[in-house]
Amino acid sequence: MENFNYHRPATTTAAVALLKKSKDGKFLAGGHTLIPTMKQGLAAPRDVIDLTAIKGFSGIKVSKTMVTIKAGTTHQDVTMSKDVNKAIPALAQMVGKIGGVHVRHKGTIGGSLANNDPAADYPSACLGLGATIETNKRKIEADKFFTGMFETALKNDEIIIAVHFPIPKKASHQKFPNPASRYAMVGVFVSQDGKGKTRVGVTGAAPCVFRAVEVEAALNEEFSAKAASAVKISAKGLLSDMHASAAYRAHLLSVLAGRAVAAA
Amino acid sequence: MASATGVGASVRRKEDLRFITGKGQYTDDINLKDQAFAYFLRSPHPHAKIKSINTAKAAKMAGVVGIYTSVDVAKDKIGGLICGWGITSKDGSAMKAGPHPILAEGKVRYVGDHVAVVVADTKEQAKAAAAAIQVSYETLAHVVDAAKAMTSKVQVHDVAPDNRVFNWGLGNEAETDAAFKRAAHVTKLDIINNRLIPNAMEPRAAIGAYDAGTESYTLYTTSQNPHVARLVISAFHGLAPEHKLRVIAPDVGGGFGSKIFIYAEEVVCVWASKHAGRPVKWTGDRSEAFLADAHGRDHVTKAELATDANGKIIGLRVHTIAAMGAYLSTFSAAVPTYLYGTLLSGQYNIPAVYVTVDAVYTNTAPVDAYRGAGRPEATYVVERLVETAARELREDPAEFRRKNFVTQFPHQTPVIMCYDVGDYGAALDKALAMSDYKNFASRKAESAKNGKLRGVGLSAYIEACGIAPSAAVGSLGAGVGLWESAEVRVNPIGTVEILTGSHSHGQGHETTFAQLVSDRLGVDINSVSIVHGDTDKVQMGMGTYGSRSGAVGMHAISKALDKVVAKAKKVAAAVMEASADDVVFQDGSFTVKGTDKKMAFGEVALQSYLGHKFNSSEIEIGLKESAFHDPANFVFPAGVHICEVEVDPDTGHTTIAAYTCVDDFGNLINPMIVEGQVHGGIAQGIGQALLEGCIYDEESGQLLTGSFMDYAMPRAGYMPNLADFKLGFTCTPCPTNPMGIKGCGEAGAIGSPPAVINAITNAIGVREISMPATPLTVWNAMQASGMKKAAE
Ligand SMILES: Cc1cc2nc3c(=O)[nH]c(=O)nc-3n(C[C@H](O)[C@H](O)[C@H](O)COP(=O)(O)OP(=O)(O)OC[C@H]3O[C@@H](n4cnc5c(N)ncnc54)[C@H](O)[C@@H]3O)c2cc1C
Repeated sequence: MENFNYHRPATTTAAVALLKKSKDGKFLAGGHTLIPTMKQGLAAPRDVIDLTAIKGFSGIKVSKTMVTIKAGTTHQDVTMSKDVNKAIPALAQMVGKIGGVHVRHKGTIGGSLANNDPAADYPSACLGLGATIETNKRKIEADKFFTGMFETALKNDEIIIAVHFPIPKKASHQKFPNPASRYAMVGVFVSQDGKGKTRVGVTGAAPCVFRAVEVEAALNEEFSAKAASAVKISAKGLLSDMHASAAYRAHLLSVLAGRAVAAA
Repeated sequence: MASATGVGASVRRKEDLRFITGKGQYTDDINLKDQAFAYFLRSPHPHAKIKSINTAKAAKMAGVVGIYTSVDVAKDKIGGLICGWGITSKDGSAMKAGPHPILAEGKVRYVGDHVAVVVADTKEQAKAAAAAIQVSYETLAHVVDAAKAMTSKVQVHDVAPDNRVFNWGLGNEAETDAAFKRAAHVTKLDIINNRLIPNAMEPRAAIGAYDAGTESYTLYTTSQNPHVARLVISAFHGLAPEHKLRVIAPDVGGGFGSKIFIYAEEVVCVWASKHAGRPVKWTGDRSEAFLADAHGRDHVTKAELATDANGKIIGLRVHTIAAMGAYLSTFSAAVPTYLYGTLLSGQYNIPAVYVTVDAVYTNTAPVDAYRGAGRPEATYVVERLVETAARELREDPAEFRRKNFVTQFPHQTPVIMCYDVGDYGAALDKALAMSDYKNFASRKAESAKNGKLRGVGLSAYIEACGIAPSAAVGSLGAGVGLWESAEVRVNPIGTVEILTGSHSHGQGHETTFAQLVSDRLGVDINSVSIVHGDTDKVQMGMGTYGSRSGAVGMHAISKALDKVVAKAKKVAAAVMEASADDVVFQDGSFTVKGTDKKMAFGEVALQSYLGHKFNSSEIEIGLKESAFHDPANFVFPAGVHICEVEVDPDTGHTTIAAYTCVDDFGNLINPMIVEGQVHGGIAQGIGQALLEGCIYDEESGQLLTGSFMDYAMPRAGYMPNLADFKLGFTCTPCPTNPMGIKGCGEAGAIGSPPAVINAITNAIGVREISMPATPLTVWNAMQASGMKKAAE
């Protein structure tokens, strides 16, 4: 790892100011993505701006219609939250499957979304629930947030403040973990809102999280497991690697979508 | 009779408190005054000529003490790494061993090959300087696939034009060919035994230190056999004579074979410490362990089994291509030959067996012994074939095995081994009963109700461990003898120190060896300490691997204990004024027959050091004895594994639904530790069968599975529930050692992979599936067989 300057600002404004001043600074939240990449020499920021001392940067608020999770909230706090478990059990359960205990005690929702790993779990929940990502500058709909592999709509000096998840009528998340990394080989987050509208967020299958619109259409017709898994998913554009071929990922997507609907 | 802490008791491991409270002393925990740190610059290419190495810029960087390359190695005339087992090809030629310098000379041969070493004040400085070394490479074509090595245009070593290290054969070829000619049925399988990366919990580490005052070296290292390391570094690398080289292997966090070998990094640390004038420390990181520890397995095999009209096995023919990697590691040549071909008769009475092995160089990390070493590969071939033959002949796989079992002992196989004792039918019966084999169909129906495909698979393994006697292994090409040594030092107050040439790195010797002493001398196990892993304390030893510490190491201790008791009897007799013949030693006390005279062991110990009450010209002062033990034969653990799996037909995911294993290890010293060894071995076997597979990219030659993100280790969740994970034992005491024990360290890893794969093929109704049977592999197999069915 290269040497760097370590900063620990107390406010988001100060954090953003530090980042702007730096040539190639990086925010640090749980560090469970950033630090391994620095160790491998894949990232070598000159300034590391630790967000964990910012007051009010973590916390969970649940209203009648919305679950709001602040950016610095750890996975452990989300999965253990009684309020989240009551409002959107599928979300709490999904977060409980991220990494292992150590990872969940350090990793944060803000870091996960900013990183947008193609196999990460939170992005599928954001698309599957139609979340809104609030930054220091604006509110971004999940549908416009994830722009590509490890790419998001975030500007360089933009910082995630909170994520707002509308509470659905029903939802479920199904993850088929990669045998080695335990990240999602394919993960499917399905929800149905009060008006019967369905959203299906898919992670792990493609270079970037996406909505399985064909499955959504079928489920808008008939919300059943059979309808979900009957949709033939094309393998085109899906990832293929030593752990899973594109055809296998397409197949898993169907299977998991069916299981998610059955469990919702 | 077994006492609470004697042989046969499940005594809790004495060493565990130290380990689980973080008080172990591993090599990396040791820091010497003024030590500098080594960092190895490794090859990014699978195969390339080194045109030049420019260290000028790096040498000027902060903290750099020295940078060394093959030029410096040559100047000091430091010998290369060796393979300590020579194999002779069928045509009588010696195996073709290419040079293996401690720092690459002229050429690199795999990604991770050691090119140069930087020694600096800190690890970070060493690493930064290494990044500034300019190496000019001319890349060459490479070959990573063992199956393609002999036909590839690539030539890894000049000495082996077709990349073939040797072409070796064993067995009765003519009889085997004849058996196949008259066979009623022949079962053929193409089998790949997947390459594995050992991944001991503690990565390798070393500290080399040179003492200019005494002109001697000390090496602290993660070794399973420090004396062998000293011997090789002294005799072959020529760094220092043995009496000027001390090797210490302190606590070692797992080895599984990968820490038997003498590697470049450890030798370089010793060598560089004199140049640097400071101790040189290297701690490998996990990525280096993936790249540069010796890997295991990697066989490509064609095998066929001949049966007669009665379903009796009459012949077995096997051809294997065994990858050696880019260089021959310390014991590599022995693994696919004398540890493999010799076990191909399995538990069966097969009159004709013939095996040929082509060992090949590939542009990959070296391959050497890994838990089981050759025997898992042999068992996989035999047990996949036998199960498949039974299915083809529509016979129950259990009964097919039974009718072919060896039942008369001793049994001479056509492939060297002479099985001394066993009762294979007893283990099979017990395993069938424990697993409720007869009611499998109802469990299968139950699984089907839950949408799962259930399958059952068997494996009846035999293995040979405690390799011996020395004269025999010498005649087969070993460069060393395979005996063990021990010294028993009784202190004046009756506590005991055992110095052993075995080395514990997870096996629990501090407990089991103490149990033996407690049993024999009647002392408390807490009054016994086990000293190992230091060539200055223990005179000589061969170390721990091949499940030899019980069968060989403990018998050296046992022999020395016999001498201690004999001597103590003499002292007791003198003190109690009786004839030595009348002194009886039992339960820790010396008594004189027909009298009430009695002395505790501790009293006799004290008297032997006082020398007040006997004539020291007749009885030597003190109580200390040593012994070497060279066994008369291998020992032959054997047993039966029965695995039941559930496959999710939607995803191809396999769950181990139930697992039963019955082993015959002869007499058990500590059943709890034995069960732990079996559990761990089976976990590794399940890992090989379901999860672990080392992959080099054909095109780039890079290691694709270079971290835990891509290399899947077995996790607790992959093991069956404890209630469905059943271990049992049968016992035919080994006749060639007095304690009647066999080895238990590797059996789990040897017997389990074919049981798991036989269960999966049974569940999904296919003939073959390759390891690791990942969800993708199983799903693909189901797709292919489904498509075939649809097309029929
Ligand atoms: C062993 C292991 C297993 C894992 N398994 C899973 C898994 O199964 N599923 C899964 O989804 N994830 C998994 N993860 C990833 C884990 O969830 C990470 O914690 C997460 O991806 C990043 O969160 P972090 O807080 O650690 O971010 P950091 O590593 O601190 O930062 C990641 C990136 O986000 C940026 N960043 C952080 N916070 C903000 C913010 N508020 N605004 C803008 N940018 C920000 C940083 O600058 C950096 O570029 C795993 C990680 C590990 C180490």
